[in-house]
Amino acid sequence: MFTDFYYILKKHGVPVSMNEWYTLLDALEMGLAGSSLTTFYHLCRAVLVKTEAHYDRFDLAFAEYFHGVETPEDLPETIWEWLDKNLPPLEITEEMRRNHKQLDLETLKKMLEERLKEQTEEHHGGNYWIGTGGTSPFGHSGYHPGGIRIGGQSRNKSAVKVAGERHFRDFRNDTVLDTRQFQMALRKLRQFSTRLEGPKTELDIEGTVEATSKNAGRLELVWERPRENAIKVLLVMDSGGSMTPYTRLCNQLFTAANRSKHFKDLQVYYFHNCIYDLLYLDPRCVVSNSVETKYVLRNLDSDYRVLLVGDASMAPTELTARGGIIDWGQFNEEPGIVWMRRFKQHFPSSVWLNPIPARYWEITEGAVTIKMLQDIFPMFELTVEGLDMAVKKLRAKN
Amino acid sequence: MTKSFGEYRGSSNYIVSDELRNAVNIAIALQKPLLIKGDPGTGKTMLAQSIAEGLGKRLIIWNIKSTTKAQEGLYVYDTVQRLYDSQFGDHDVSDISHYIKLGKLGEAFVSDEQVVLLIDEIDKADLEFPNDLLWELDQMSFYIPETKETIVAKHRPIVVITSNAEKELPDAFLRRCIFHYIAFPDPEGMKEIIKVHYPDLDKKLMEQCLEAFYWLRTIPEIQKKPSTSELLDWLQALVIGGISPKRIKEELPFLGVLLKKNQDLDALLWHLNNRPQSRIAHRQSFQTR
Ligand SMILES: Nc1ncnc2c1ncn2[C@@H]1O[C@H](COP(=O)(O)OP(=O)(O)O)[C@@H](O)[C@H]1O
Ligand SMILES: [Mg+2]
Repeated sequence: MFTDFYYILKKHGVPVSMNEWYTLLDALEMGLAGSSLTTFYHLCRAVLVKTEAHYDRFDLAFAEYFHGVETPEDLPETIWEWLDKNLPPLEITEEMRRNHKQLDLETLKKMLEERLKEQTEEHHGGNYWIGTGGTSPFGHSGYHPGGIRIGGQSRNKSAVKVAGERHFRDFRNDTVLDTRQFQMALRKLRQFSTRLEGPKTELDIEGTVEATSKNAGRLELVWERPRENAIKVLLVMDSGGSMTPYTRLCNQLFTAANRSKHFKDLQVYYFHNCIYDLLYLDPRCVVSNSVETKYVLRNLDSDYRVLLVGDASMAPTELTARGGIIDWGQFNEEPGIVWMRRFKQHFPSSVWLNPIPARYWEITEGAVTIKMLQDIFPMFELTVEGLDMAVKKLRAKN
Repeated sequence: MTKSFGEYRGSSNYIVSDELRNAVNIAIALQKPLLIKGDPGTGKTMLAQSIAEGLGKRLIIWNIKSTTKAQEGLYVYDTVQRLYDSQFGDHDVSDISHYIKLGKLGEAFVSDEQVVLLIDEIDKADLEFPNDLLWELDQMSFYIPETKETIVAKHRPIVVITSNAEKELPDAFLRRCIFHYIAFPDPEGMKEIIKVHYPDLDKKLMEQCLEAFYWLRTIPEIQKKPSTSELLDWLQALVIGGISPKRIKEELPFLGVLLKKNQDLDALLWHLNNRPQSRIAHRQSFQTR
């Protein structure tokens, strides 16, 4: 079936996102493949491959998959057959998340793989959930069980309501009163430098008043080079399910940072529990809207001040294990903790803001991982005072 | 059976491969930006012109420079003009909309007919530039707070984006594009291109020039390899100069048209001197200059 092509592409190292895959399916439905294998080849490549460096891998994958297709006439029918099938949209149930502690990572993955195998034969439509039942040993204290999520986005969202879905509501439209207090705290994060070069683009009000007065009231504009806040800020926020209770709080911080126009630069990324190979551009944390963490490390200088926001609560394997990443279908070669250390090493001025009140840090379900992350990042609670302290830390010369 | 999506078929002055033509039509049908990458001179910019011409649409070009900001493509609010007008002008300064000037993207959005929008050399700009345009290119709209106005594309423009690969483009951006890499044409392909520009060119001259041209491109020491534009200019210079085909490989006349950097001319000399067995004739002719 056609989905195999997706896996063969991956096997050959062509990084195809779900987004692109669905675009291809749309294109096929629109008949853009024409009736010749060549047109079909062009279509697949133009949609799925975004650098000529991968053209060759694509060719290998294409050849491997299509060795059976000989006559161009076969093609449309075959495609229509394939189109009936899709990646099975699997996700993990809340029960699964709750029971996570009773299962180790390997068992969990194996079970899912088996289930996945069964389901690749099936027609899509409906979500398949894997759960073991049982009761919840955890409350809502911010613990984030390591459930595993499979595949791309479900095509049938409405059928399922994932309790722990990783959606912050639309940040930007959120207006929160207390934002101001955060904003005040963030204002202390400045470090002025007068630019020595560059165009004079800023209106010098005093100069203008003086010149205009001298001119007997006839307006004369005086320009100066803008004084710049040299501080660049990188905000990296956890938007995993366990963060849901803190959505409002995180919104406030986000909005405050976003409105703090005095930063030279503000970059925002999201992660799910822990940082691995990818950072996400929106709180949904989908691969189709992500960048490589390496790309960020390469392109952002070490002088960025980094605010990491998260409950730091997860299954310890998510920090310590290869493949410990919570999102199934992704695999991390290096344990999360390595990424975290790398982050800190690249950005020496980094702090962690935790929405869980500090007095619970040692007793919450996430205590183990909180401790591990505290060893890397100075951790403060996400309150106005906590932010104040964090900002002080960030201003200090490292 | 298949829909006839083959809208763009090329234009008389532009040689387009099947692959490229397909990519163009896929992008148009899927309403996604077409990202064209390739060495300088591979016809990226001209492709957009050809699409516009082939489809009979207006072409709007947004040339990207290292200082270009995404915002400029949307609109610019000319506050200074407004301030001046308030003092000296007889304009009605209460209407801010007089001082809002749409950028190229904005222009493309408000056009009454579908246009082709070329965002040329996007890799020149800041790393974040492509990301800054994601929303507008997806939604085909943007908001102007000053006038509380939302500009929505009347007709989704056909967006062509070119890159010389000076910088990596962000993944999130790439995922939204239809991509095509224009490989440098082989000699046969180049003959086609030359014919479009100089239909009556002497065959012998073309052969000789192509040989010299592709040989030059193989010399590793040359930094800026001559491209299609340079070849076309060179051919023209040779025709105007009335140079006989025989002399071309021997002397490489008007070499400066092909190699524009002094260090590349030096590199060529160095190359010839260090590999004396390869092109003795050249070395002699160069040393006599
Ligand atoms: N496929 C082609 N058909 C006709 N002319 C071409 C073609 N490719 C390149 N050229 C010629 O080469 C010149 C350079 O092309 P251009 O589009 O400016 O390249 P790029 O934008 O890739 O640097 C054009 O002016 C045109 O004369
Ligand atoms: Mg160009």
